[in-house]
Amino acid sequence: MSIQTASIQTSDAPLGRDDLARLVARDIKPGSFVNLGIGQPTLVSNYLEPEQNITLHTENGMLGMGPVAEGDQIDGDLINAGKIPVTELPGASYFHHADSFAIMRGGHLDICVLGAFQVSATGDLANWHTGAPDAIPAVGGAMDLATGAKDVFVMMTLLTRDGASKIVEACTYPLTGVGCVTRVYTDKAVFLTGPDGVQVRETFGCTLEELQALVPVPLTAAPAVER
Amino acid sequence: MLNFIDTVGEAVAGIKDGSTVMIGGFGNAGQPFELIDALLDSGATDLTVVNNNAGQGDQGLALLIKEGRVKKMICSFPRQSDSWHFDAKYKAGEIELELVPQGNLAERIRAAGAGIGGFFTPTGYGTMLAEGKETRILDGRGQVFETPIHADVALIKALKADGVGNLVYRKTARNFGPIMAAAAKHTIVQVSEIVPTGGLDPENVVTPGIYVNSIVRVSNSVKVA
Repeated sequence: MSIQTASIQTSDAPLGRDDLARLVARDIKPGSFVNLGIGQPTLVSNYLEPEQNITLHTENGMLGMGPVAEGDQIDGDLINAGKIPVTELPGASYFHHADSFAIMRGGHLDICVLGAFQVSATGDLANWHTGAPDAIPAVGGAMDLATGAKDVFVMMTLLTRDGASKIVEACTYPLTGVGCVTRVYTDKAVFLTGPDGVQVRETFGCTLEELQALVPVPLTAAPAVER
Repeated sequence: MLNFIDTVGEAVAGIKDGSTVMIGGFGNAGQPFELIDALLDSGATDLTVVNNNAGQGDQGLALLIKEGRVKKMICSFPRQSDSWHFDAKYKAGEIELELVPQGNLAERIRAAGAGIGGFFTPTGYGTMLAEGKETRILDGRGQVFETPIHADVALIKALKADGVGNLVYRKTARNFGPIMAAAAKHTIVQVSEIVPTGGLDPENVVTPGIYVNSIVRVSNSVKVA
């Protein structure tokens, strides 16, 4: 084992969902405007620190979204993209749907965090449809976020329940966007994706060689500056 | 021509079979439940409905679908944990679905209201939702041509109207209301309160009254999600 590959393993065990969310939160630059997708990405909001001064966008027409509403705070007119009642923070703003999607599509969001079924070696994203003939398709704002945000982070487990890698040479599920994903946070490693292939920033509970045995695309250690 | 109407039944009475009806709301926020119930009671059928979703639970748009009044849904996110009426109709082959990325849905509605004949967008490029559509490489990016969505009628919910039809909304219940009001030939609005002309600060008007045709007041009932 080379010194370089040993050095990118940053934990002894795979990361749980909350540890992964904490890591994504830590990686978001202060002052960013961010959209968190439904499901696992929503956990990231639990770990954003006030000093980071992050502004959360929700596709249904709001900037400055606060935590989930509880008790008397619950208001049916104030919900997030997952239709969960939320709160507003000082400085919040409301706008109609075309303006909200102009924020997403016009490249104004710094980061979106999305779940995924598959990500390809070149950053193609598949996260909206299994393609099964009896499945009812629903796309929502996924395609707009994937093509519109400056950086698209994916959060997912590396392997399916059957043990197949979700990082693939080419997506077999219907695409959400082409070449749009820049980083993939998984329980076993953080990957950087782009035209130059897949680089590994850090691994959790495995070495780069062990990771390579699970993932069917060539992996290289990311340059130290990326870590 | 702006009319203030006493009942939701009268407000929707002119909606004909086969109409394209935009219905505001994202989930239940901003969904004009009372107008939808009146549309159901009116018996209008064979409708094409434009909404972000395809009904939740056993109320509003979900009931319109359950009763077989909707022949086609144009929406971005039909499948939800409580979209059982749409799911059943779809699986039985009894409802047509045009699935549209949510930003395309919003922009196509906006385009209709703004007199735009179509636009190119990167959203959906290279995906199955762009199949059969014209594409171009613009500014180095693959883009897809999208066309406006017009409607015969829009049913929307606002918080307040003044005497000339200017509207303000409440929080995230605003969502599709302003763009649907502009896109439809006839816009029917349910509001919680009607204030005298001059009672809304012109700086805060969200939808100018020029887009509004009918206003009906319903008692303030914010449904908890």
